[in-house]
Order: sequence, then structure tokens, then C-alpha cells
Amino acid sequence: MTEGQVVGSFVVPVHPHTVLAPEQNEGWQRLRDAFDIAAQTIKDLDADLLVIYSTTWPSIIGHQIQSDPNPEWVMVDHDFHDLGSIEYSFNIDQDFAHAWDDANRKRGLQSRCVNYKGFPIDVGSVVALTLLNPDNAIPAVIVSSNMYANRSETTVLAKSCLDVIKAQGRRAVAVTAMSLSNRMFTDFINPEEDKIHSLKDDEWNLKILEFLKQGRLEDVGQLSRTIQRQIRVQKVVAFKPMWWLSAMNGNRNDLSGEVLAYEPIHGAGGAVVSIDPTPSGAGDKEYDEDDVEYFHGERGVLDTIDESDDAEDVTVTEQASSGPGLWEPTQAEGSVNTDAAPKPVGAYPHARRVGNMLFLSGVGPRQPGTNAIPGGPIHDENGEPLDYDIEAQTHAVVNNVKRIVEEAGASMDQVVDVTTFLVDMKRDFKGYNDVWAETLGKIGPTRTTLAIDALPTPIAVEMKVIVHLGE
Amino acid sequence: MVKGKIVAGCIAPHPPHLVYAENPPQNEPVAEGGWEQLRWGYERLRASLADIEYDAIVVLSPHWQTYIGTHFLGLPHFQGLSVDPIFPNLFRYHYDLNIDVDLAKAIHDEAASAGLPVKMMENPDFRVDYGTITTGHLFNPEWDKPMVVLSSNRSTAYYSVEVMQEIMIELGRVTRRAIEASGKRVVVLASNSLSHRHFTTESEVPEDMSKEHITSHAMHLWDMRIIEYMRTGQAQRILDEMPEFTEQAIAESDGGGLSWLLSTLNVPDYPAVLHGYGTIIGTGNAVVEWPCHAHEEADE
Repeated sequence: MTEGQVVGSFVVPVHPHTVLAPEQNEGWQRLRDAFDIAAQTIKDLDADLLVIYSTTWPSIIGHQIQSDPNPEWVMVDHDFHDLGSIEYSFNIDQDFAHAWDDANRKRGLQSRCVNYKGFPIDVGSVVALTLLNPDNAIPAVIVSSNMYANRSETTVLAKSCLDVIKAQGRRAVAVTAMSLSNRMFTDFINPEEDKIHSLKDDEWNLKILEFLKQGRLEDVGQLSRTIQRQIRVQKVVAFKPMWWLSAMNGNRNDLSGEVLAYEPIHGAGGAVVSIDPTPSGAGDKEYDEDDVEYFHGERGVLDTIDESDDAEDVTVTEQASSGPGLWEPTQAEGSVNTDAAPKPVGAYPHARRVGNMLFLSGVGPRQPGTNAIPGGPIHDENGEPLDYDIEAQTHAVVNNVKRIVEEAGASMDQVVDVTTFLVDMKRDFKGYNDVWAETLGKIGPTRTTLAIDALPTPIAVEMKVIVHLGE
Repeated sequence: MVKGKIVAGCIAPHPPHLVYAENPPQNEPVAEGGWEQLRWGYERLRASLADIEYDAIVVLSPHWQTYIGTHFLGLPHFQGLSVDPIFPNLFRYHYDLNIDVDLAKAIHDEAASAGLPVKMMENPDFRVDYGTITTGHLFNPEWDKPMVVLSSNRSTAYYSVEVMQEIMIELGRVTRRAIEASGKRVVVLASNSLSHRHFTTESEVPEDMSKEHITSHAMHLWDMRIIEYMRTGQAQRILDEMPEFTEQAIAESDGGGLSWLLSTLNVPDYPAVLHGYGTIIGTGNAVVEWPCHAHEEADE
């Protein structure tokens, strides 16, 4: 099976005017025409999946994924109810929804599928699916926008979606249903009076569109917080869809963009933008923020474990205080050490370079700084066994390996040999093996997996890694 | 015509958890209980008003969010299925409610005369928001009183708490004027939590009360401060501190319901009755009644 990919992306406006009343305003009609062009483009791409990230479906408990295979109802907008009703009947890819939900949890996200008759599909999703997929020929999936989610959570949400797209060999189109500036007029207006709410909003919108036209999606993502402060009403969902869309496209700045329309909808900035993954040839730009693979959480509000800034999610438990002491990594010729990896439990470096080879000391899942163990320790301070998540631990090991390898100026695709130690082969091999397949397994190093009696800290998995640094 | 009267004013929360925990026949999911302190608070509120005659319930719910002015349900009857988009696992409620369209239109017209942007909602396909349904069910499970339902204008998000409050105080004044002119006896109800920082995780059993507590100490302090003002007849201080409360407690007063309620009640200087307080997924919630009927009688 060919590996799946995102074959196109679109930004589309959320308000119902383009469905219910395009004829009332020339700009609304131009947006509608642009929707029609986008729909044709999606057909021409031979897409087999539409993934909608909607800013008008807020969630609180993680992210929700629509999984009703055929949701049907009548949608009426809370503000624009006098424009009329939109009857909908959509074709949802239930299998993909469940697979994405599973993938989310594997990457540490809170997630659930929703499949309830009468579930109120939000206006942004209804408009997007009605106009982009008018004959329901392409199965779709819709995800909510968590009102508390930050960049890392939103980025990981996209990566778990990509995991499934790749695994299922899908040709996916990613869509963000969103306004640019979202400041509407706070009084009723006649359709012919519509315009962007302010010159400032218009200028920012044009700047965003200029970036998108140049394919600089990651740059827009990294400006997200600034844009939110400048031209957005502080509604529950911030300007975070660009984090998601950028991650869906590999956080790149060398895409190919086309602005199909940009018009006001009751003062807000509505745009239909097409983004093609084909490299523009402009060269990729710098990438400033962390490339997060696994969401560790940062709120911990349910059990109030730790309210400090570096608190980990409730699934992350502090290492038992009775564990071995921590050492500063040793320094010798060729040593490679980093604060981004957990401190050693003895006198040794994180890695050592010899010629064009890099040898890593055994790497476990402990977190740098906090020493916490994602997925939880395997036993408590008294040696009493605890339940733990081998997949979370394995993900954390791979992330720690990656940090050390990158500190040496290398990349994960240069890893050539791995020896893995498991303390409970029978219990943990499958979970470890699944994570391996998603991560190192795609790179292709040789591997040896051994069962051992214990590791120095209460962890279940450790890897010994060798990297070939090239000629 | 006899002058209309507000017989009671209430602030009462609307998280779907309360209806879920009660297991009414209208709601599809089934629970093992939970959040009893608040559900019993609602019971005490109902008992307190059981002997008071009134014609309609006027509700402002923060979950009918409008960005363009204040809207009013404008058809006599709404029926349907309300599924909470955030907690669909808890709330799938079959509702059937009546609207006092005359009173709704009277408040709408009075507000329009005062220069407020307003609109009647007359689309029969409209789904009533779950906040209105939840509060409506818990306040009046028989659904035997017509309601007037106002949307929550999001002027806090657009401007500031101060601007929101200015608008809501004016909306409260016109609401009171319209009620008095209508000759009806009315309960006004702000469907509102107090502090409003949610947990972002949910227990496997949502009604597991061993997991329930206020999100943070700071939120608790704010909730108790506001409740103490209510209990001691210091509504003006609530209005005075609304910007700080709304911002620091991430309070649901951002929807304007509490400001509107206190204005509609003429900023009461008599004590309110606290019927219950409890947390729901970390948010602070109170069931509070201003027994206007007793105080107006005393004044007369």
C-alpha cells in the first residue's frame, strides 16, 4: 500500500451566508464561487478523505471526533437565524474517526469519538462540508477545537491524524473552518453595507493572505498568538487552526498557496485559500518552535499534582524519591551531552562520538528537568508494582534518543542499530513494538530486544543506540 | 392594568451534569447520581417558590451566544432534542417548552427603544441551547410555566467587562420596565456558574465525586467572596468588582447574566438566600435566590 499523504489544504470561512444568501452581497457570492472552485479542486485531487478542523466546535475535555457515519439534522445559526436553515446529511468516515481517536491517545492526548443522533454539528463544519463536498462523494471526519489547547496539543493532534492518514494510505484534504479577523459588527447591517470591520483588521488579513499565498504556513502558525491579540475577538477558540494546518503539512514554509477569495462577512474576514503541498521552490524557512511528538499535558488540574510551570500531566508521575541519585554527565573527548535529556544515574555521558560513529548510553523515558516518567513508574517507593503505560514510556524513550542525536548534529534517520531492554517482555513487547513500528521502525535500524530483570530506575524500557554520522 | 412584578430573582447553574445525575425520563444517558449538593440546592429553590404565584420565567443563558446584540426566542413553542456539543455523553434531552412571546416582544421593544440592538428569533428549526434547557428543567421540571429566553451578547469578548456591564445594566432596566408594564408576575433567572475554569480531563465514571473539587484555591476565594456579597445584600459591590471577578475567576459572568439579573432586580440591598454551592468539573456553582416578593411586600 502506498503511504498516505495530505494532497491539499484549504482555509474556508465559517458563517452561513455563503450557503444561504450569497446573492445578497457580491462579496458573499465571490466566496461562494471560490468554495465551488475549491470543491472542484478537491475532486481533481482524487482525494478520498476530508478532514475538517472547525473553530466553531469548541471542546473542553480534550478533542472530540465526529464518528456518526451519517449525521443528519437541520442547522440554524445562533446569530444569523433569519437567513434560514441548512439541512445536512453527511458521509462520515467512522473507521478513520476511531483510528484517529486511538492515535490521539497513543500520543498522549485526551480524545473521544461522538456518535449520537441529533448531535449539533457546528456551523463551520456544516458550511464547509455542504459546499466542499456537495454530493457527499468523499468521506469526511470532523474534529473539535479544544478551548484550552495550546500549540503543542494542537500540533500533536495533527500528527496523530497524519499517523492514520499514512497508515491507511489515504489521500487526504485538510480543511480549517475559520475566520481570519473575527470581529463582526455588533449591530445589524444591510448586506450591501458589509465591509471588513476596520482598516487594521484588513491590513492584518492581507498580511496573513500574503504569507499563505507564498506557502508560508508555518510562519502564519508561529504568528498565531500575535494575530489572536491583534485582530481577534477573544472568543473561546483562538487563532489555533493554523497550528493544526501547519502541522498537517509538516510545519513547512515552502508550500504553494492560492487565495481564491477574500471578503467580509458581517465585518469578519472570510477567505477561501488553497494550499498545495508541492514545494514552491522558495526554500524552507527557519523553524523556531519545538517539534512536539507526544503531548505530556501541562495542566494537571484533575488531581492537582503540581501547579508549577513545569508540571506534567496526570499520566506523568514523579520518579520514586528512593531511586538512584542523579549525576552530571561526564565530559571527555567526543562526549555529547544535553540538558534536553534526563540526567544520568552514574558517571557517564549521554553519548560519545568516535570517528563517524555516535554511541549513546542507555536511554530511558525519564523527563529532563522533572525526572518524571511518562506512563508512570513500574513500582512505588516500597517496590509495590504499579500499573504503567508501556507505549507512553516507549514514546518518551524515542523522544529522549532524538534529543541526544540532534544535540550531536545528527538526525534520527542516521540511527543504525538499537538494543532494547524490557523488564517484562510478556506484558510489554506488543506495546513497545507498536510504538517502534510508528517511529524507529520507519527508519529501519537493526534491532535486538532483550528481557532483563531490572533497570536502575522504576522504568520498563531502555534503549542502547548507535548512530552512523555519515562520511 | 395591575403593575407587573418580579417575584424572585435567581442565579442558578446549567452544567448538563446536573440533569444527567438526576436521570429524568427526558434525558437519554443514565447516571449513578452525583452533584447532590447542587441538585438539592435546586430542590430548595423550587420549594421556596412553591407557594409563590407567577406567570413566566425570564432566563438569560450564556450558551445561546450572540455577537450581534441580544436575541429573544420569538415563537410560542419549541420542541426537539438538545445534545450538548461538549458533553454529549451526558446530555441528550428531549425538550418541549412554551414561550411567552408577548412578554418577550415587550422586552425586545423596550430594549429597541433604549437603543440596544435586539432581534426576535422566529426560525422554527432553531434548537434551544442546552443552558436554557438545563436550567429550565432543574428550575421547573414540570415545564408548566412559559419562558422568555434571552441570548447572551458577547460584548465582554468584543470590548471589556465594563462595556458588557453597561449594556447589561441597561438591558436589566428595560427588562424590569417591560415586566412592570406587562402586568405579569415573573421570576428572572440568570443561568450562570461563578468561577469557570474547567478540568480538561473527565473521570471514566463522570459522576465519580471523589474527583470533584474546585479547580484552584483562588477560584474558591472568589466564589465565597461573591456569595458573601449576595448573602449580605451587597449587590452593588458585585457589580463594582465584576471586572476583577470575571477576569481572575474566568467567571461565567462574562456572559452578562449576573449583571443583567442584578440590574433587573434594581441592585438589591437585601440578603439573598443561598440554597446550594458545589463544583462541577472544577467550576464553582451556586443556587441563589433574591426573594423579591417578601421585600416588595414589606415595602408596600
